[in-house]
Amino acid sequence: MKLGRYVLALAAALLAVGGAGAQELVVGLSTPVTALDPHFHNLSPNNNVADHVFDKLVHKDAKEQLRPGLAESWKALDDTTWELKLRKGVKWHDGTEFTADDVIATIKRIPNVPNSPASFATYTRPITDIAAPDKLTLRLKTARPHPLLPNDLVAIRIVPKHIAETAKTEDFNSGKAMIGTGPYKFKEYVAGDRVVLERNEGYWGPKPYWKTVRLRMITNAPARVAALLAGDVQMIEAVPTADIARLQKEPRVTVSSAVSNRLIYLHMDSDRDKSPYVFDKSGKPLEKNPLKDVRVRKAISLAIDRDAIVSRIMEGQAQPAGQLLPDFFPGTSKKLVAPKVNQDAAKKLLAEAGYPNGFSITLHSPNNRYINDEKVAQAIAQFLTRAGIDTKLEAMPSNVFFSRAGKLEFSFFLAGWGAETGETSSPLRALIGTFSPATGMGQANRGRFSDDGVDALILTAMTNIDDTKRNLMLAAACDKAIGELQAIVPVHYEVSSWALRKGLAYTGRADQYTYAFEVRPAK
Amino acid sequence: MTVYVLRRLAQTLLVLAITSLLVFFGLYVVGNPVEILVNPVADEVERARAAAALGLDKPIVEQYWVFLKGAFTGELGTSFVFGRSAIEVIVERMPATLELAFLAMLISVTLGVPLGLYAGLKPKSWVSKTIMAGSILGFSLPTFWVGLILILVFAVQLGWLPSTGRGPTVDVLGLQLSIVHWEGLKYALLPAINLALFKLSLIIRLTRAQVREQSLLDYIKFARAKGLPRSRVIGVHLLKNILIPLVTVVGLELVR
Repeated sequence: MKLGRYVLALAAALLAVGGAGAQELVVGLSTPVTALDPHFHNLSPNNNVADHVFDKLVHKDAKEQLRPGLAESWKALDDTTWELKLRKGVKWHDGTEFTADDVIATIKRIPNVPNSPASFATYTRPITDIAAPDKLTLRLKTARPHPLLPNDLVAIRIVPKHIAETAKTEDFNSGKAMIGTGPYKFKEYVAGDRVVLERNEGYWGPKPYWKTVRLRMITNAPARVAALLAGDVQMIEAVPTADIARLQKEPRVTVSSAVSNRLIYLHMDSDRDKSPYVFDKSGKPLEKNPLKDVRVRKAISLAIDRDAIVSRIMEGQAQPAGQLLPDFFPGTSKKLVAPKVNQDAAKKLLAEAGYPNGFSITLHSPNNRYINDEKVAQAIAQFLTRAGIDTKLEAMPSNVFFSRAGKLEFSFFLAGWGAETGETSSPLRALIGTFSPATGMGQANRGRFSDDGVDALILTAMTNIDDTKRNLMLAAACDKAIGELQAIVPVHYEVSSWALRKGLAYTGRADQYTYAFEVRPAK
Repeated sequence: MTVYVLRRLAQTLLVLAITSLLVFFGLYVVGNPVEILVNPVADEVERARAAAALGLDKPIVEQYWVFLKGAFTGELGTSFVFGRSAIEVIVERMPATLELAFLAMLISVTLGVPLGLYAGLKPKSWVSKTIMAGSILGFSLPTFWVGLILILVFAVQLGWLPSTGRGPTVDVLGLQLSIVHWEGLKYALLPAINLALFKLSLIIRLTRAQVREQSLLDYIKFARAKGLPRSRVIGVHLLKNILIPLVTVVGLELVR
């Protein structure tokens, strides 16, 4: 008995010593990085880690609004020329001075990274010419008016000129080329396990609170929660929805949530006259595709009880959606709200469209891509069946799902879209604009919705450099595409959550990033 | 004899060829890797570029040929996701895997053999019955559940051991090992115990069965009759003979 007590005391003493590193923050991330090269693989976990070491010309705040970064200011000189004033006196981690040449070299490197599975060239392609009139001024030229250039610059992590010109992806993984101007300096990387960082004392922005930061990758969600409860990590991201309620009651932990830029929506084949998965009630293929009728699309939207999905399936970790983005984002409509469920109105609309007895359809959904995706699709299938549209669900892994959806094999499916620009032109162009490689629109428009009026609104908006005017035009496009034509059926916006040990505070970010340099002691 | 060897070799080659075909084309029909790799925001130009960079734009037969050529020269290709050689990615994880396997085996042998011996020599005592009942739990409880419980008790409740991850490593003859010192061993302990549980039960039961069987054999009776001390009968004569099946099983289990 005595021995047992002694062992306990010893263990407690050891634990106290272990927890005394108040200057260190250990974070449990949900997904391992695939490479440290900030231009190799455009993947959120990679970008998240890179943002600690590498800085960008333009920053985004927690609500995705643009803020000055390495560029103190930017303005459009005319429709196709942008001038950026760079910050003075910024030093690289190796002590050399940051200049416009570094930016030019970075932009030249981005399209030429060998073997890149997902490159950042999408963001640099609009830039046709780049010049530096002096050391701290940049002039960017675009072929056509490109109002989102500052938003695109958020995705470009700046590296020093000599590294941009010589370093290979392996040099970043080995740490040799990990020189940035960001709030943290690189110290150690163990693939699939951890990244260790040390504070950059010469950082130009607000001084990060933690001297060292250890980003640990714990892919298993329950293990991540256990690590937080055990005190192995002080913060975790992507808290599983099933554990939120419990963690909120837990006295050792605080939970921080933020509605994200990811919309979960239903896409409908509104193009083909005969659609592969639409049948009459007896299972025979329908001659006419009912999804081409806007009344049917509206009936689908009205039959879904979004509040029930949010509270029951998502455990509050979502917000019912009535348009493409939550309404604090630029370019959203002030008129569109999430419709309340109304089965009678849905049935009436179906009858008006000529389907008083409904029809049957198959809903396709990924089962490992979005939070609770398959369960949400199941609930939607039940709501629709109740309204008279017999809905069968087929869920599959996302790699199969997306390659089949891309080949237009579905009639009706659930998917999601994260607007990484932080405004509505991203989902409008990708999901609703008519599919056309020439305009670059519709790359994820797998229902092939097409409306000339909506296209015209989007395309004119995108030639307008003036933010206020453009956003009004985009809002009008949303009103027409969703309110009038129901191009897609918005279901909900995902809410992302972080959990921290009591005494720490983090403002949840709409872009879902986990930045150790924004974690501070609670006041 | 030569004909026999040649025939067997030909059969092996055929089996290998069919397996490689099945695996390669099976993976291919399941889905398009480009869809998972590229950022969903990417446009058609970027998708085409990614496919070309990864060699996925070539006809599938040509892709298979590239894979075969690589396989014959011992080159397993480049991991799409990491952009590094696949072998390198696999070998990197090897030390951690081996460490866990050896630690688990060490635990199960050092505990399993003595416990099994005891249970075999005194089958009627309540201690032996407890050991045997425990071993039934050991191999019927699912490992993922035991793992969760171990984490809950030792990491979350008591806070004695870390819940996940690999500890700091030390360079030993070019290998990055973590179990050679306490800080690193702490991390390996919980997973190793969990892995050891099944093996431990197996060894206990095997040892007990062997002891029970061998104790009745003539050579043991004869050794006793000769007046040898009990410790020598068990430690030298009995143990030596029961080790034969044990070593075989330990070898098989280690590879698992």
